[in-house]
Amino acid sequence: MTTALAGEQVAKKINEAYPSAVAVADKTAVIVNSDSLFQVAEFLKKAPEFDFNYLGDLTAVDYTDYFEVVYRLVSLEHNYSLVLKTRCYDRENPAVPSVTKLWRAADFMEREAYDLMGIIFMGHPNLKRLLLWEGFEGYPLRRDYL
Amino acid sequence: MALQTEPFILNVGPQHPSTHGVFRMKVTLDGEVVVDVEPVIGYLHRGIEKMGENRTYTQIIPLTDRLDYLASLTNNLAYVLAVEKLAGIKIPERAEYLRIIMAESMRISSHLMAVGFFLNDLGAMMTPVLYMWREREKLLDLFEMVCGQRLTYNYMRIGGVSHDIPEEFLPAMKKFVTEMPGFLDEYDQLIASNEIVLVRTKGVGVLPKETAIDIGASGPVLRASGVKWDTRKADPYSIYDRFDFDIPIGAAGDNYDRYWVRMQEMRQSLRILEQAMAQLPKGEVIADVPQLLRPPVGEAYGHIEAPKGELGFYLVSDNSIAPYRFHIHPPTLINLTALKDMVVGWKIADLIVTFGSIDVVLGEIDR
Repeated sequence: MTTALAGEQVAKKINEAYPSAVAVADKTAVIVNSDSLFQVAEFLKKAPEFDFNYLGDLTAVDYTDYFEVVYRLVSLEHNYSLVLKTRCYDRENPAVPSVTKLWRAADFMEREAYDLMGIIFMGHPNLKRLLLWEGFEGYPLRRDYL
Repeated sequence: MALQTEPFILNVGPQHPSTHGVFRMKVTLDGEVVVDVEPVIGYLHRGIEKMGENRTYTQIIPLTDRLDYLASLTNNLAYVLAVEKLAGIKIPERAEYLRIIMAESMRISSHLMAVGFFLNDLGAMMTPVLYMWREREKLLDLFEMVCGQRLTYNYMRIGGVSHDIPEEFLPAMKKFVTEMPGFLDEYDQLIASNEIVLVRTKGVGVLPKETAIDIGASGPVLRASGVKWDTRKADPYSIYDRFDFDIPIGAAGDNYDRYWVRMQEMRQSLRILEQAMAQLPKGEVIADVPQLLRPPVGEAYGHIEAPKGELGFYLVSDNSIAPYRFHIHPPTLINLTALKDMVVGWKIADLIVTFGSIDVVLGEIDR
């Protein structure tokens, strides 16, 4: 059975390495500030006690006040899973760092989130629309897209 | 005088029999050798995630049929598991078993298509596919017997399944489970002892273990590369922890291993089917669930081992009758990430075979 790690426990470890990186942590998830997302993700991947070597899913949700980018990290070695989230409050220009350097799995998933939700993943090697055509206007999965 | 050469860019698809749907590959060739390949997708994009936000939880089930349309029942299963997790619904014992029976038959049916078309891509035009279809047809008849459909079953419901099985079902399924190993032996003999198949598949399209994990591959593609990871064992959902079965893994991660893993998985599915039919209890097949379900505010991620890999549904509820966010994690799209690594340096004919060995369905990639 995959053990879903409690957010608070992991947040304590993250705080030891990167103080002030964690914004909120509860039972189900850790929410980190978007500017320290990459460092935290790298820490979670490389720390032997977590060893999150597999990116299970990446998606974005539009909560109208902010966008939430959701990462589902899995450790195939320990059979752990963790939900890592980050929020961006800038509706015009929502940007978070890309994690493609850590997990190549993020390549298509980030492109999809950019395509449909308009999240800009800084550092993505090839950030262009995935499912819709070039020149399509707007981001259909946003709540204000009708 | 030196011969002037330049790379040649070839569009494969979107309308091409080897692309298994409407998929385009922009292939850069040096003579016959592949230098670069860029997948171009979206030709079948219907916006299912957006459509889901305007439908009730039950109305979304038929949409999931149209993702991986060669394995509709497992799509149904992944979705209803996610909703049940979100709303905290318990389902009757008999329904759990019927779901397992359906999901494992679906896996056999999907793998038969995968193996058949893989050989088609190798140049064995249509004959192997028709052999595979002979067996798949029996399963489709069984599905039709249960829910009246042969492709888009819409069988699972939130809280159970839509119909109980008719009394003719179990004898017919038992006959299938008894006969199938013989047919698999026959295929193994025809395919795995064919020298042309071996030369074209062994050592071709290798996906190393580390790359497979890095790109987030799942399903037979991941296991063929030697990673023993199957959601049915690693994170058992439904009642998979009650059955005894093995996870076949490959060693080299080449086209042959991906074929071999699928053949072995069919045998394991038959084992599960046998056990599930023997243990099948009597009783109700659906729990008492309101038609207009309003799950509490929150989110849930349900994932299963679909025939093609890890299929996940991420649902966010705002306590209304429709999900606030409905996200699908498609296994085959992610498996395609490494296509370039697998084919660069090989001939264009090997590109077609390697692409076939990933076993994609565009309904799921494009959504």
